[in-house]
Amino acid sequence: MARHVVAPVADIAPGGRHVITVGERRIVVFNLGGEFFALSDRCPHQGGSLCQGLLSGHVESPAPGEYVYARRGEMIRCPWHYWEFDIRTGKSWFDPKRVQLRQFQTHVETGAALQEGPYQAETFPVRVEDHYVVVEA
Amino acid sequence: MLAAARPIDCDVHPWLPGTAALHPYLDPFWRDQVVERGIGSLDTQSWPVLSPKSIRADWRDAKGRGADRVELLRAQSLDRLGTDTAILNCLAGVQIQLNQDMAVAFARAVNDWIRAEWLDRDPRLRASIILPTQNIEAAVAEIERLAPDPRFVQVLVLVMGENPLGKRTHWPIFEACVRHRLPLGVHAGSAYRHPQTSVGWTSWYLEEYAANQQAFQSTLASLITEGAFTKFPELRVVFLESGVSWLPSFLWRLSKTWKGVRFEVPWVDRSPFEIVRDQLRLTVQPFDVPTEMVPRLLDQLRGERMLLWASDWPHWQYEGDAALPPGLPEALLPRILRENALETYPRLLQGAMA
Repeated sequence: MARHVVAPVADIAPGGRHVITVGERRIVVFNLGGEFFALSDRCPHQGGSLCQGLLSGHVESPAPGEYVYARRGEMIRCPWHYWEFDIRTGKSWFDPKRVQLRQFQTHVETGAALQEGPYQAETFPVRVEDHYVVVEA
Repeated sequence: MLAAARPIDCDVHPWLPGTAALHPYLDPFWRDQVVERGIGSLDTQSWPVLSPKSIRADWRDAKGRGADRVELLRAQSLDRLGTDTAILNCLAGVQIQLNQDMAVAFARAVNDWIRAEWLDRDPRLRASIILPTQNIEAAVAEIERLAPDPRFVQVLVLVMGENPLGKRTHWPIFEACVRHRLPLGVHAGSAYRHPQTSVGWTSWYLEEYAANQQAFQSTLASLITEGAFTKFPELRVVFLESGVSWLPSFLWRLSKTWKGVRFEVPWVDRSPFEIVRDQLRLTVQPFDVPTEMVPRLLDQLRGERMLLWASDWPHWQYEGDAALPPGLPEALLPRILRENALETYPRLLQGAMA
């Protein structure tokens, strides 16, 4: 498990997403109101790229005709077949135990900490005074 | 051979010989109306009486009719097969009427004819309540009128009605079904409000008969997506003369697509596969599957509790007394011939009315 610098915090706005490639894996990082969540960008169904999917909320229903809509912007739908995944957990809604996206730990680190290492895959200059999103993968 | 299992036949059809048979059960206004207007028959195009499928050849009288007296049911089916209990599903053209007052009058008369001339004459018989679905309030009232008689064990609608069956306008019927522990029977046939296929009117009887399968698929999808099964978890729906083999492939498509667009129907909070296993039952006549494929079908369906035996008398589904479709595994026969029906129809256990 290595730590990879994804981007400066300011580059992934709330509601935004950012993809990095780690080896042969693509990882998508979402910003939910200042919290960062990293998931495999490969849908477990047929491999669709989730970072290109629709960001939406979660709807449940206590009875037919009633819609309880919450958590706007916290569900990502695969662009291929619209399977929906909870960004906070990586789990699918329809079969959360068996169908889920791999999750990766994220941190926000200061540029000063990053310069001490060990970190990998920086493709941009790291400035001591900024903050960066880091993913463990 | 079947008798040892004390089989319950979930689909037999008493054939209304004509409106004259209903005279004793119609009020004076409608009794005179059928005479004055010359309404002689309630046969419908879903079951043209002289079509070979409608009545097996050796069960017809000299005029080609049949199945219109309880003695015929006894001699041609119950006594020969050793049937323990049979459920009467009369297909007289009640749902097809455009005049809802007439439909209500005919439904009541047909139900009373069934009670007096069939149920009262053989203790092995039970029946479905024919519903005048043209008027939901009247349909519920008909359930309330007949529910005190435990020999009515189900309500009956046609698979092709005025609207998709799951629509919420029908829910008062479902509520009454649950309250009286009556499954909702859905039989092949059309009220002819719409073409019998989703692509238009058919030219041939063959097309129409086969098209019932499409209607069963659409009806099942409607019941699921509208939330009828979710709203009424105790509701049991029985598909009658629906065929069975279409179900796994249709459910595959429905369940697969649900995974992606379930947000559209958030009350469908589990896979349609699971809902169907819990709440849908199907009769096995016709069965629509070659013998060697039966184990595979049953494996796909994973529904050993879902299948109910039916002879479909007097429809021509088999020769001689071979009323059990070939290929059903021996180990499942006690379930299919009897136990599943007892689980599906709780009122069967209430026994005959004193």
